[in-house]
Amino acid sequence: MRLVESRATLTMSYIVLGIGAFIALFPIALLVLNSLKPAAQIVQNPLALPNPIRWENFVNAWNHAKFSKTFINSLLLSGTTIVLVCTTCSLSAYVLARRKIASWKIWTFYLLATTTAPIQLYIFPLYFGFARLGLINNVFGVALIYTAVYSPFAVMLLRTYFIAVPKELEEAALIDGATHWQVFSKVMLPIVSPGILTVALIIGLNSWNEFLIATTFLQKADNVTAVIGFYLLSGQYSSDWGEIMAAALIIVVPVVVLFVVMQKRFIEGMAGGSVKG
Amino acid sequence: MHRLYLVPTLIINFVIVLVPALLTVVLAFCNWDGISTPSFSGLDNFRALFADSVFWSALINNIIWTCIFLIVPIAMGLLAASMLLIVKRGSNFFQVVYFLPVVIATVITARVWQGMIYSPVTGLFGILSRMGLPLANPLAQPSTALFGVATVDLWHWWGFLCVIFFAALRQVPQEHIEAARIEGANYGQMMRYVLLPAIWPTITLMMIMTVIWSFLAFDFVYILTQGGPAFSSEVLSTLAYRHAFYDLNVGQAAAAALVISLFGLVGTFFYVRLQAREGEQ
Repeated sequence: MRLVESRATLTMSYIVLGIGAFIALFPIALLVLNSLKPAAQIVQNPLALPNPIRWENFVNAWNHAKFSKTFINSLLLSGTTIVLVCTTCSLSAYVLARRKIASWKIWTFYLLATTTAPIQLYIFPLYFGFARLGLINNVFGVALIYTAVYSPFAVMLLRTYFIAVPKELEEAALIDGATHWQVFSKVMLPIVSPGILTVALIIGLNSWNEFLIATTFLQKADNVTAVIGFYLLSGQYSSDWGEIMAAALIIVVPVVVLFVVMQKRFIEGMAGGSVKG
Repeated sequence: MHRLYLVPTLIINFVIVLVPALLTVVLAFCNWDGISTPSFSGLDNFRALFADSVFWSALINNIIWTCIFLIVPIAMGLLAASMLLIVKRGSNFFQVVYFLPVVIATVITARVWQGMIYSPVTGLFGILSRMGLPLANPLAQPSTALFGVATVDLWHWWGFLCVIFFAALRQVPQEHIEAARIEGANYGQMMRYVLLPAIWPTITLMMIMTVIWSFLAFDFVYILTQGGPAFSSEVLSTLAYRHAFYDLNVGQAAAAALVISLFGLVGTFFYVRLQAREGEQ
């Protein structure tokens, strides 16, 4: 699609887009470049090419940020959150989308309002409640919090997928003698599975990257997520910027690879649910 | 029967969000250190909060933050999105590149900017100042700390808006664009009379969300400056966090949380109304 055909306009557009790409990529380039350098070289010039390349940065980063433990914690936390959100939210999104209960409007509005509820409104009593129950440093406790925080968004996004399914499919299955549960699990779920995958990706990304809740509720160095492990490394344990950037790269690479491979779903889902990542 | 389908979502929501939120409202009128029994203290927390000059500077910082984010990333996003519409090839590539900062964890973004760009020792600013440019670390000066932090969040954020606006622009009927082009509209006229009006609902929604999110801004301030130097970059959410977990003055933290929520509530009201209107269409 083109607005204007003139060559000058097109060139101008590419220049503007190029500047935008430079702004987006420059800090990322610095991250990659300096992860390969010894600290002394970074002090001299963070823009220079690494000479020689210092691969030990990655080994040191892996050990000092305790990634062999914290990556497991991150995977457990993100995995549990994804499972909880996808199961509970597909149930409620179905009921709300299909207006199966009389009070669907109230609950839709309620969840819509909680999508924008500030976390500061509930984090303080929640923290002291969790402390009393001994749930601090518990990855599954944090997964429960993430589930509550991300659910409204997931319900709203899944709702649009359920609404798009033709009503006739459901009616036909009921006439054939299927129970309500069978209609949901055998007819509806397979059709909306792309939506569920999109939700899983976005929720996974958000839980992987989350900072405020993780840093508040996970405090022992062995129980933190990879992102918090990086935060502790860069804030307290190390002043070697080569090592810090190497640790950053280790966390970022899986996310970026997944994003580039699944870009359509990510962008569609983010745009559809409008949530801040 | 179908009522049961809602139960898991609602139980989790009530336990984690609703009940603690109501407790926050109660705690705002109590004196509590997080351990002993809370005691009712009336409006003391609010009085103490309003008497604190840091509270007012944090509130002003939140308002400055909101203004910056209502203008800069939305303008950048709209400009880039309209350019994506003009070019034939590469729009997908640029879109993915612009979105990369959104998928990188805030802690990592913060540290890259802190160490590789702002730092006078290991960063770009260091080399440039050694070359004779008068560049100081913005995070170290009270007059620039807030803008230094906001720049990092802008970098992290504008690509998201660009992608959203581009998605909306692609929905604009081709005939409208063609018609304007035949009439000889230039870029400015095309934006003003065709494209912006067509995606106005999306822009409004993003502006409402910007207001809500601006009062929640936490990660970058907390990681980069902790609200300093001398509270110059403190915002309400970091102020509340400090009161609760550093000063163990949970009552006052709750009072600050209520102030944040008040601004959020106004935004939420417009957000729900807008969504409901779109839902009816």
